[in-house]
Amino acid sequence: MNINEIHALLLEQFSESVVGTAIKEATDPWIEVAADSIVEVSTFVRDHEQLQFDHLNDLCGVDYLQPDPKKAKKFEHEPHIEVVYQLSSISLKHRLKLKVILPRWQNDQEGNLPICPSVSSVWGIANWHEREAYDLVGIQFDGHPNHRRILCPEDWEGHALRKDYDFPLEYHGVRGK
Amino acid sequence: MSMQIEDPRVVEFDVQTDEMLVNMGPQHPSTHGVLRLLLRTDGEIVHECTPHIGYLHRCAEKIGENLSAPQWVPYTDRMDYLAAMNMNLGFSLAVEKMVGMKVNEKVRHLRVLIAELGRIASHLVAMGTYGLDLGTFSPFLYAFREREIILDLFEEACGARLTCSYLTPGGATHDLPENIELPDGLAALTGMEPGGQYPFVDVIEIFLKHLEERIKEYHILLTRNAIFIKRTAGIGVLTPETAISYGCTGPVLRGSGVDYDLRRDGEDIYTRMYADYNYDVISAPFKDAPREAELGDNWCRFFVRMLEVVQAIRLVRQAIPNYLAAEGTHKESFKLNTKLPKDEVYLETECPRGQMGFYIVGDGNAEPFRARAKSSCFCNLSVSDILCEGVPLADVPAVVGSLDVVMGEIDR
Repeated sequence: MNINEIHALLLEQFSESVVGTAIKEATDPWIEVAADSIVEVSTFVRDHEQLQFDHLNDLCGVDYLQPDPKKAKKFEHEPHIEVVYQLSSISLKHRLKLKVILPRWQNDQEGNLPICPSVSSVWGIANWHEREAYDLVGIQFDGHPNHRRILCPEDWEGHALRKDYDFPLEYHGVRGK
Repeated sequence: MSMQIEDPRVVEFDVQTDEMLVNMGPQHPSTHGVLRLLLRTDGEIVHECTPHIGYLHRCAEKIGENLSAPQWVPYTDRMDYLAAMNMNLGFSLAVEKMVGMKVNEKVRHLRVLIAELGRIASHLVAMGTYGLDLGTFSPFLYAFREREIILDLFEEACGARLTCSYLTPGGATHDLPENIELPDGLAALTGMEPGGQYPFVDVIEIFLKHLEERIKEYHILLTRNAIFIKRTAGIGVLTPETAISYGCTGPVLRGSGVDYDLRRDGEDIYTRMYADYNYDVISAPFKDAPREAELGDNWCRFFVRMLEVVQAIRLVRQAIPNYLAAEGTHKESFKLNTKLPKDEVYLETECPRGQMGFYIVGDGNAEPFRARAKSSCFCNLSVSDILCEGVPLADVPAVVGSLDVVMGEIDR
């Protein structure tokens, strides 16, 4: 099934405010899903007979912010954070990309991590991928069974793949920079 | 890590022993690098296994945002350092997909040849170190002796043995050499006169012929060995449903009986490489498996790798004449500062350990806006807590070893 057919199928089940009016064009086109509904949409695409997206290939966060003033002029995105879900079906051998768009900070209050519902109840591997996205990009996954850092130590401060991340000068007496 | 003592999954034994927390790693030799496993045990039985990773985290993704695509290729080497060629290939293809580049036939067959040699080398290490995990030393030495020849061949091709950075966006850094000196190791193994000059592809063929015979010995030494079967068959059973849900890929997925290989089922840009090549996708169950073996156990995962070596030999044999007959150069132009379009691509390729994915977001600069490496071992390791539940302590290395993880790739 191609992505247009999948989107049409999703529109039968969900409203336009959930899965958008159209797919987003790119080399790998994607469907934008409202954050609140990602668990329902995920469960639907996993269990639907014609979709069967039983395999979550990847889940990662991307921080859209261009702190470099020279590059900022050509940068076309408003500051935001994306959670990208790469899905594939083992039996039907097709692929799908979903995205959830979040603000960089919840309620625009710096320090409040944006919140996305966890899909770890839908695909087992989302547990670890979401921990990594929390650790490196700083996204809070609601309903996650073990919401802790995975690559960095637990007392690490900040989220390294945020574009405005400042490298620490010192960590437990080890000098950085 | 919860420290509670009450456990709903109480194992019925005559003697109730105290629960104990056993820390295994991060410098434990059978954890394949710097993996730390925290085990909650009741006597000999493991109740809970919590893997702790990140000891080898080197911020590869953050570094990738500051380097252009060809400059990041060496960093992909250092992720899965036992299959550097396959990692290079995966990233190069993702970049080529992004800029819409089509490589010529010569590059295509060269890549198949090199990638499958890399697969053989990687599976040889997997086999040898798995023997080490189970307490047998000799298969390790045999495996490394054979792998050494492949590293010699890589050295002749690109100058590096382990971190090759050979396959880059656009092709490869050098063409394959025409004549090389017979590697000393191969001369010693085959009884040929050392120091002779042979065409590069002939040396590969001499090596493959030698390796084919050795694989029979490996089967006697390990696969069909009664002790080995006792340690692996029926232990660490991973059901296909769990394997799929936990994103397991590669030999771990196929060992659970799921017939899925990206070389056949992947995206066009990757399957095109293997078009008109003949090979079989290996997946469990096996007709000639020992009686004790179950679908998805340690033995099946191991046997998938062993049979994949045979298929890789077939592929290399087909790639050699294809490569020699193909027209074109070994590299299409891809400059160091080639700008990436405002676009994003995701591509997975079949590396020896599973499906390695690269997600690249471009913003019009040469450096990607986001360079994400999705690791196959990361997903494969995430089932270790399920597999280790209820196994004896001594079987933990047997289970984790059968997943064949490389920490460099997990931690990036």
